[in-house]
Amino acid sequence: MAKFTKKKSGELPPVSTASLPDIVFMLLFFFMTVTVMKDSDLMVANDLPFADEIQKLDKKDRVIYIYAGKPSQRYQETFGTASKIQLNDKFADVKEVGNYILAERAKKRQEIQNVLTTALKVDKETNMGLISDIKQELRKVNALKINYTTKSGEASKNLQ
Amino acid sequence: MAKRAVPEVNAGSMADIAFLLLIFFLVTTTIDTDAGLDRKLPPIVPPENPPVIRQKNIFTVVVNKNNQLLVEDKLMNLKDVRQAAIDFLDNGAGTGEDACSYCKGNRDPESSDNPDKAIISLQNDRETKYSTYIAVQNELVAAYNELRSRYTKEKFNIDYRELEAEAINPKTSASRLEEITPVLEEIKAKYPQKLSEAEPKSN
Repeated sequence: MAKFTKKKSGELPPVSTASLPDIVFMLLFFFMTVTVMKDSDLMVANDLPFADEIQKLDKKDRVIYIYAGKPSQRYQETFGTASKIQLNDKFADVKEVGNYILAERAKKRQEIQNVLTTALKVDKETNMGLISDIKQELRKVNALKINYTTKSGEASKNLQ
Repeated sequence: MAKRAVPEVNAGSMADIAFLLLIFFLVTTTIDTDAGLDRKLPPIVPPENPPVIRQKNIFTVVVNKNNQLLVEDKLMNLKDVRQAAIDFLDNGAGTGEDACSYCKGNRDPESSDNPDKAIISLQNDRETKYSTYIAVQNELVAAYNELRSRYTKEKFNIDYRELEAEAINPKTSASRLEEITPVLEEIKAKYPQKLSEAEPKSN
């Protein structure tokens, strides 16, 4: 009998999970390095148009973002469906764009204040009138470098 | 001396902590870097002596409120704009001082003298849709890029778009950057991007 019980020790040992933390940490570091933090909540629809002759934006700290588009569903009751501008976390008027740019520019380090880009993230359904107004404001505060942020894809997709 | 074994710290929950961090980063971050069309706005103060530009050196593109394109007073489809812009920029009708040795256009005297003089003017209506405007912008930039590409292919046997991507890439070494910057400058001097965005006409 004793002989039989001894043989029983040949069962499968449990799989070691000691390396699981290492694997997860590896994933974690991967995501930490390849991603950037979201900084503001979108309050407008933001379906960007397509373009294929695009250039990558500069480093994140050299970019000032301006969003525009129709207010999203949950804001439509209070703000209506006309296209609006979003600066940081709130809706803004065209006249506030200039001051916003100046304030953002003042926050940046001295040496990059001259190389800032303004990224216009505008929904494709927006009318050009609003964008022209924004551009006019940008010219007034001498923020001449702009970038129309787009998705990458054939330009003909815009017409559908 | 009796050796006392130090009790091991239980690392079983380490995985849970790491997962928690991982999920936090997954939720709060976005993976894509932004890209788009770079443009430069004209300064608000007009230059003191605006140069006189002859009508034949201006290529007018008008987008109306119904998102229709009027190129040089002719109705046109979006897909034909690129070729029309290339034909205009690369025309090279100039003679003497204005001659363009690298142009391959058909030297139509009614069109532009050389790429340096050629200006594309893009006008839009206040009710033009943004996506149409971007599509047209994209085609016009593509026209410039195509010409620049052709020039670099012939002269240096490299692709312009690759070269430009390399110049922006922060990982490019300083010595390589020194090598390609004069090349890029030469191309940009040969085919300068002169794309004016007029203020829209209100109706």
